Amino acid sequence: MPDGALPILDVRGLKTVFKIRGGEVHAVNDVSFDLKPGELLGVVGESGSGKSVTMMSLLGLLPTPPADIRGGTVMFDGQDLLQVDAETLRGVRGGKIGFIFQDPMTSLNPVYNVGMQIMEPLRKHMGMTKKQASVRAQELLELVGIPDAPQRLKDYPHQFSGGMRQRVMIAIALACDPQVLIADEPTTALDVTIQAQILELMKELQERLGMAVIWITHDLGVVAGIADRVVVMYGGQIVEQAPTRELFKNPQHPYTRALLKTVPRVLGQREDRLEVIEGQPPILGASPTACPFLDRCDVAFDRCAQQNPQRYDVGNDHDAACFFDARTGEPRDV
Amino acid sequence: MFDAPKTDTKLVEVNNLKMHFPIYSGLFRRHTGNVKAVDGVSFDIYEGETLGLVGESGCGKSTCGRAILRLYDITDGTIKIDGIEIGDTPQKDLRTKRPTMQMVFQDPQASLNPRMTVQAIIQEPLDEHTTLSKDEKRDKVHDLMDQVGLNRKFAGRYPHAFSGGQRQRIGIARALALNPKFIVCDEPIAALDVSIQAQVVNLLEDLQKEYGLTYLFISHDLSMVRHIATRVAVMYLGKIVELAPREALYSEPLHPYTKALLSAVPEPDPEMHDMMERTILTGDVPSPANPPKGCNFCTRCPAVMDICHQDEPEYREVLPGRFVACHHYNDVSTSAGSTAASEASDQQSLSNTNNTTN
Repeated sequence: MPDGALPILDVRGLKTVFKIRGGEVHAVNDVSFDLKPGELLGVVGESGSGKSVTMMSLLGLLPTPPADIRGGTVMFDGQDLLQVDAETLRGVRGGKIGFIFQDPMTSLNPVYNVGMQIMEPLRKHMGMTKKQASVRAQELLELVGIPDAPQRLKDYPHQFSGGMRQRVMIAIALACDPQVLIADEPTTALDVTIQAQILELMKELQERLGMAVIWITHDLGVVAGIADRVVVMYGGQIVEQAPTRELFKNPQHPYTRALLKTVPRVLGQREDRLEVIEGQPPILGASPTACPFLDRCDVAFDRCAQQNPQRYDVGNDHDAACFFDARTGEPRDV
Repeated sequence: MFDAPKTDTKLVEVNNLKMHFPIYSGLFRRHTGNVKAVDGVSFDIYEGETLGLVGESGCGKSTCGRAILRLYDITDGTIKIDGIEIGDTPQKDLRTKRPTMQMVFQDPQASLNPRMTVQAIIQEPLDEHTTLSKDEKRDKVHDLMDQVGLNRKFAGRYPHAFSGGQRQRIGIARALALNPKFIVCDEPIAALDVSIQAQVVNLLEDLQKEYGLTYLFISHDLSMVRHIATRVAVMYLGKIVELAPREALYSEPLHPYTKALLSAVPEPDPEMHDMMERTILTGDVPSPANPPKGCNFCTRCPAVMDICHQDEPEYREVLPGRFVACHHYNDVSTSAGSTAASEASDQQSLSNTNNTTN
């Protein structure tokens, strides 16, 4: 990944609110990040942290209402995806930006064979004939490691195992040679040995095809293995951003630090007792006026209750949204 | 470090447990085969210990847990809990034995009745099995809520008003209501977020210490099992392939499947991650309705030999306290010392195979 390259996708100040009966849920609050060409960006967070909603917002995949995108810009290919008309957006989705969803069972249509489903984007976006599309579909299945491709194209989703279905999803997402691939927890529904296969496949494909990937997950282990850079989300915000090694070696935000301590390991020293982050994730009823991690934080002080911290640069392309400076052990002097 | 079980008393003895589900097909719904979800499983659980049961989805670990509590009518085998044989007891008579053995279910959403208050949910086992007065029951429920860290003020609320972690606490309180000796925890943390998982696991450990509980902890999360379990059993396609004390299993797995499984767990430390030797298995788990001939793992095993396609390996103790079902350990006799050499050479050949698959 070349340093200083212009980002291929640049998200600034994204804000998404859901209207629910009797109120609002501020699911995404002022989220900014960029994605450089050929980079694999990991997005980590617990359920409800806003990681999926962020990605769905920027592709216009959320039904409005109840969703309402209140602000921000998403620059891709010289245009703001939040401003373009539906027709243009349709050309981007599945074409220049591919998407892999979490659950391969529910995101494939059970009544069409997988050949049809892989050919659909090829015919819609690339204007291929049925014959060309079928040849390309076969190549794609081989690319994602499904043996006996010509036969398998005629099979229906239920005839594939979970891991194989996820491979089909990857084939569909890769069909039109996307510049950006967004993968939303693509291995969460899979077993560990199958997850290892898919991770290996994705790494290989990314190197071969040179696309940029956003990989959403709740598993720090997955991120450690494949990501170049990591964004940590909590309570609808990005709380920390850093290159992968830097983040694991030198976590700055109290949430990241706590999270790294709570996960038990298969290797190394076994803890006698697990560290715990007490309490619950916040309910995002209104635009935040305090740090979302306030109630669960062990270094919080009065300023954290009065103001929502912005992201402070700590060097090495690393920033953290915290008033407390973990390097000095003192409140930040800003 | 070897954590010896707290006592040598066997609380649960499972012998050759089989749970087959029939497949009916065709016009006349004829019995055409069996899904062999659990196919000849034997192990003991000592009083006060936690036996971890790990495996991938579909390997039969949940079925095994449910069968041990006789939530199914088992196909074959014997189950002895607290000295009483319950393998062939009719369901009607089992009812009186239920208080000693309880279960915590995977999905706290589905296992709590949405129309019952927390008070009613936790109290239900007391209504069924005790003759306590109304007030006594209420006090008991409040005590239980305190123990699992729920605010007793919320006893009148319904499950939907609680978060996932709190709902799991309700399920645990219900399981504790009758002072059981043995609890089967079926993936109790799988539906929870990482930061909440640690809370629930710590609670289970605290309760175990306080009441001397014995757990069968079923999970697909190998790192969490390493944390909570005293001994660990690994299942593959309806059979136990390896059973060993925790530290031995994690530091020096014997069965090729255990090795592959452990090496597939993502390591949350980029530097360690890069150093790890990985065995990536090819292919998928075969169907339990039609398992392969010979060893169940022979279709995916990186160290497969000819004999593995022919004969089923015997599940036997190859080192004290370590059980393995693998032809690579055929030459190893139970007296460990004398055969250390041949065992070491087996180790060598296995790790060589691992290297080539990288």
